[in-house]
Amino acid sequence: MTVGFIMLCHTAFDRAAQVARYWAEAGSPVVIHVDASVKAQPFQRLESQLEDLANVRFSDRFACEWGSWGLVAATQGAATLMLRDFAQVDHIFLASGSCLPLRPVADLEAYLDARPGTDFIESVTTEDVGWTVGGLDRERFTLRFPFSWRSQRALFDGYVRLQRRVGFSRRIPAGIEPHLGSQWWCLTRDTLAAILNSPDRQAHDAYFRRVWIPDESYFQSLVRRYSGKIESRSLTLSKFDFQGKPHIFYDDHLGLLRRSDCFVARKIWPHAGQLYKTFLAPDGKRVMAEPNPGRIDKLFSKAVDRRVNGRPGLYMQSRFPDREFENGRTAAPYSTFQGFAEVFPEFQTWLGRMTGALVHGHLFAPDRVHFAGGDAVFHGGLSDSARLRDYNPRSFLTSLLWNARGERQCFQTGPADNQALNEFMAGDVNAQISVVSGAFALPLFRSGLPFAEVRKEVARLQKIEAAHLALLRASWVKARVRIWPLAEFLENPMDPLQTIVEEIAPRLRPRLTEVPRMADFSGFGRFLQDLRNQGMQPTLMGDYPASDDFNPGRDRPFLVS
Amino acid sequence: MPRLPGFLDHHRGLGVRHFLFIDNGSDDGTAEFLAVQPDVSLWRTGAGYRAARFGLDWIGWLLMRHAHGHWALVLDADETLIYPYWQTRDLRALTEWLDGQGRAMFPAMMLDLYPEGRLSEGRPLEWFDSGNYAIRMQPIMRNLWIQGGVRSRALLDDPRRGPTLTKVPLVKWDRRFAYVNSTHSILPRRLNRFYDGGPSGILLHDKFADGAPSRAAQEKARREHFFDPALFDAYYDALIADPVLHGPHSRRLGGWRQLEALGLMSRGGWV
Repeated sequence: MTVGFIMLCHTAFDRAAQVARYWAEAGSPVVIHVDASVKAQPFQRLESQLEDLANVRFSDRFACEWGSWGLVAATQGAATLMLRDFAQVDHIFLASGSCLPLRPVADLEAYLDARPGTDFIESVTTEDVGWTVGGLDRERFTLRFPFSWRSQRALFDGYVRLQRRVGFSRRIPAGIEPHLGSQWWCLTRDTLAAILNSPDRQAHDAYFRRVWIPDESYFQSLVRRYSGKIESRSLTLSKFDFQGKPHIFYDDHLGLLRRSDCFVARKIWPHAGQLYKTFLAPDGKRVMAEPNPGRIDKLFSKAVDRRVNGRPGLYMQSRFPDREFENGRTAAPYSTFQGFAEVFPEFQTWLGRMTGALVHGHLFAPDRVHFAGGDAVFHGGLSDSARLRDYNPRSFLTSLLWNARGERQCFQTGPADNQALNEFMAGDVNAQISVVSGAFALPLFRSGLPFAEVRKEVARLQKIEAAHLALLRASWVKARVRIWPLAEFLENPMDPLQTIVEEIAPRLRPRLTEVPRMADFSGFGRFLQDLRNQGMQPTLMGDYPASDDFNPGRDRPFLVS
Repeated sequence: MPRLPGFLDHHRGLGVRHFLFIDNGSDDGTAEFLAVQPDVSLWRTGAGYRAARFGLDWIGWLLMRHAHGHWALVLDADETLIYPYWQTRDLRALTEWLDGQGRAMFPAMMLDLYPEGRLSEGRPLEWFDSGNYAIRMQPIMRNLWIQGGVRSRALLDDPRRGPTLTKVPLVKWDRRFAYVNSTHSILPRRLNRFYDGGPSGILLHDKFADGAPSRAAQEKARREHFFDPALFDAYYDALIADPVLHGPHSRRLGGWRQLEALGLMSRGGWV
């Protein structure tokens, strides 16, 4: 069993020479194709570097522009030469100048020996590929592509659209079922000879010459006609980024490449000296392992995902998504409470105890940021300065939630606070917004300020809260919103509290047996009536009884429902 | 001057092939030190920094003359560039990859480092604020404006005066390009569009090196700050008072992976 290597080279010739020498000295014939656009001097240098090796050949040179027929022509030429000059070769491995063998040739040969007559080539029907550049799969085979995708993109796209509109379609030659796949394959001598010596070769070539990116489809389609046994995967480890460009391997990938147990990897950075030194060492250890690129897939698929979607709720120098294009507006779920601290004076500590969450006071209070525990600086260096916060409230909130990842955040809101983020939070799926409407009036009632002032302030805050509630009822709201008018809430506070606590800490399964201590509401009904008598209409409190006797906090028993 | 050998060593290690220095009237041996370096070209001027648009006119000319077609890295002497994998992948690896991606620029936000204890104690600058940065989009240039950090937290009254931390220090230069405002923003505008999820680095900023309080006194007297110098009197006074910037929330500088995990820089698909 002998494997012959075809190398398609267009740059980094010193590295290509090193790899060619490694294979040739291990007894594998090597045929090198150098891009026709490469100048004479580097080409001659490469030739002279390898002239001592009897089993290295250079094939006729074609111009190999990306996605052009030249790549197929170059491969055909090199393969023909390989079959003609090296009769001992049973398998032909197609590689590029930036490929690096990760395992000794003997390993590969043993692997192929154990799987006789098998062609290793990724070959997938056009319906099943999910990775095609430009979104073209089947149409690669049925449209014409006279313009370059890279340098004439507008013409390329326009011509595709035109052909679609007029319903143009090329006829696919009989016997060819379009397949796509990685251009790096390892074929048996028989299959490759059958493709190259086919009586229909001229028709195949004439057809594929005008298919888009034929190097990903010529051999991939024709093996379906000529191969006896296809193993649809590439023996070359190659990963692609979100633009479909190959990932480059550097010295720091050494461990990763080793773990993959693949035979060949591309593309290697030419200056990755450590990789070349390690993998081209003459005493390469043999590992009888199945190639397992899956072991390192996670890293690369995660990288693509993060490149495309980013980390939820993170805004930073190289990712500042447009609105509606965020991968989550904020980093984690959080809960806001309006009116609760007015009804239950110890609400903050009680909620923290029940749920284990970090419960802040009014983060958007006008005087300062009321962080939990009265801290002056929060995680990440967030300051309690109201000026800093109000300079960019959105950055303040998103930073707070990003910095506190892993710890559930709750905070109080109110109509006297900065309202700048009401819309942002309402549109945030992470927000759980609970409001006891009208509760803001209780502290004012208890404030002892002159009635005229209190009346004015109640009217002002009611207007703000009413606008906020209207926003929270909009159709586009994504937050989990719960609103109880004060009177309704006081009738039965247990159920709302149970719901809220369960939502924050579902795993703790907190069961409420009693509500936290309530504020003293005596006289509040009379106060609301006084407001009405003064011509003001307190609407957000619900049907609060005007009777002075109504005192829900004192003697109503609350039981577990 | 004391930080220059380290500055040169670090950036040589990253693969910078040649340094172009502008020495604005130093008298501490800086020029003599630079003159004997094999890979340094030195320009000297006694002209006013403020009058030269904070040095931008000088830098702009050098870039136009000497950087066309090259990747150019523009730094202050108190800045150190790091980026994902900087120990194993030099600037050649980074810029070749950027070329392949069709990106002509690489952003690196400034990160102010400060010591434990009072500034004058001269302990190592290895602490930073990780998550108090205010980011907004500037509509005209479509550039990001990042402000905040330790200076806004501890030294400035008015958040509007917060330092601009956005920087695009690494650009595949074309003689038609121009920095607009330090290296914070650049023309043409498309070069400011680096916030689409791509890669980024960090400029470690030795703003609070030993002697910062006395330098603040000098700078206050020199009145060469951006914008209206009088607006920064309170800032200088806060520095002169030799404050403690470190707190329980402060993070000790680890490696680039730490900074990436904190969301301050990103590999942006370059793994």
